[in-house]
Amino acid sequence: MKALRTVLDKLRPHFTQGGKLARLYPLFEAADSFLYTPGEVTAGAPHVRDAIDLKRVMITVVFALLPCFFMAMWNTGYQANSIMQTSGGSVEGWRGALLNVLGYTASPDRMLDNLLLGAAWFIPIYLVTNIVGGLWEALFSSIRGHEINEGFLVTGSLFPLICPPTLPLWQVALGISFGVVIGKEIFGGTGKNFLNPALTGRAFLFFAYPAQISGDKVWVAADGVSGATALSRAAEGGVEAITATISWFDAFIGTIPGSMGETSALACLFGAAVLVLTGIGSWRIMLSALSGALFLSILFPLIGSSTNPMFELGPQWHLVLGGFAFGLVFMTTDPVSGAMTDEGKWVYGFLIGSMCIMIRVVNPAFPEGMMLAILFGNVFAPLIDQMVLKFHIKRRLRHVEG
Amino acid sequence: MSKAKDVFLDPLFNKNPIGLQILGICSALAVTSKLETVVAMCLAVTFVITGSNVSISLIRRQIPSNIRIIVEITIIATLVIIVDQFLQAYAFGISKQLSIFVGLIITNCIVLGRAEGFAMKNPPGLSFLDGVGNGLGYSLVLLLVAFFRELLGAGKLLGITILSTTNEGGWYLPNGLMLLPPSAFFIIGLLIWILRTWKTDQIEEEN
Repeated sequence: MKALRTVLDKLRPHFTQGGKLARLYPLFEAADSFLYTPGEVTAGAPHVRDAIDLKRVMITVVFALLPCFFMAMWNTGYQANSIMQTSGGSVEGWRGALLNVLGYTASPDRMLDNLLLGAAWFIPIYLVTNIVGGLWEALFSSIRGHEINEGFLVTGSLFPLICPPTLPLWQVALGISFGVVIGKEIFGGTGKNFLNPALTGRAFLFFAYPAQISGDKVWVAADGVSGATALSRAAEGGVEAITATISWFDAFIGTIPGSMGETSALACLFGAAVLVLTGIGSWRIMLSALSGALFLSILFPLIGSSTNPMFELGPQWHLVLGGFAFGLVFMTTDPVSGAMTDEGKWVYGFLIGSMCIMIRVVNPAFPEGMMLAILFGNVFAPLIDQMVLKFHIKRRLRHVEG
Repeated sequence: MSKAKDVFLDPLFNKNPIGLQILGICSALAVTSKLETVVAMCLAVTFVITGSNVSISLIRRQIPSNIRIIVEITIIATLVIIVDQFLQAYAFGISKQLSIFVGLIITNCIVLGRAEGFAMKNPPGLSFLDGVGNGLGYSLVLLLVAFFRELLGAGKLLGITILSTTNEGGWYLPNGLMLLPPSAFFIIGLLIWILRTWKTDQIEEEN
């Protein structure tokens, strides 16, 4: 390890002011602080000294995402393998060639087969996301003289998880570019973005190329197979349409078609536990978003509707289907784009939770609502904080004027 | 002479009504999904700004200050009705496509803004140049926005196929977002970014 430090220290003069590669300092700095703790720490009052810096926060989020990564690969493979077993068909192109070399037998009962096939779909999307997004990040950092920070590590992990497995790679590149540049960098980079960059990129793709990210054809990575998500089936035929093919337990574990990383409520629960125990994700936001969703999803079945079968979908379904659990744990709790004040967090979470159910049930065009609900909440977060602060000031002024 | 030149050319880049003053955004979002409608819209708006600027400038000493807005709006509304009737008579298809947005030129902030901000204080000749200049500045941005929206959203320009789209057997997958009004926000935002990178004095100070 000492040798590595020496190499880095030897390289440093080239990247600092006056060196030939001074423009690329952010790249050097990123590599250095990835390998070692940043040298500069705040010393003295009024700062609290804490070991939990931005780097550790982001790494913890990535750690909390690990079960989702696993499910993304396993379930993508499982869905495709199951379909291919019943209706025939095989893995085509380079994926097929590669998998054959690795001893893949296309059996949905073998965990390795599912993981291999899932990885063959997930890893390319992951790589494209991180290479293209990373290039934008490096470009903006080099021009502005910022440091590349670890925020992108999270965006680069979240974005592939909320893509359908069959998303074309050029669309992945376009989506993450839009997310990073328009969703984050033009506002000044991490810490100044008022929208969640991963969701901004997905929303762009959702409206630009709806055929590749919504509908029935895209959720299972096998050619021409219609594998509607449970929510879009519910929009057609209510609860019976869901239970015809899957049980509640399937939905909870996540063995259903959907965006790769978001199908498993169980994996999200693990993430929630990690984020809450480490204090990185706000439990206030999670709890209030949950109660917002519970409130409306209990209310809607009571109201009932003869024309819209979504009304009968109870909370036990809403919470485990679609992107609700994933969005609630990993995206509403984004510390930059969410509300900052404690009271504000309650309002912000409740707004997102109830808005998600509202979009799913009342708007027939969108069977899934979490993405739009969170972006909606992001836009309102600064306003909510502003009102909380005003309220505080007003209350305290009363004491002064007494 | 140099003042006349400034009055005429400044609205193109230095004081672009959309790029710097962020006025007239509503029509820039609403009508820019096709180049054809935009050309008609630009001609209409340029005509109205120029006409209102000249007429208001001519009677600027006679307008009582306390009712000047009413007078200005009356003149602008008259011009807009002329444009509307003209389009209905000679370009009915385009008039249909522009629908309510012709009538809404009355509320285009650029028109009233130039009347209040320039024509009330300047002679008719300069006001004429100012009107044409602002009309062109507005048109420049709208044409650029419509160029990208029609090209990327439908693969066409002025209705002629440039990029053959997948549903017609070509290779280009149209970007559906470009046909929705919010895309104009992104494009105008990017244009402003480019403009302010080029002319750094337009950058607003942070407070």
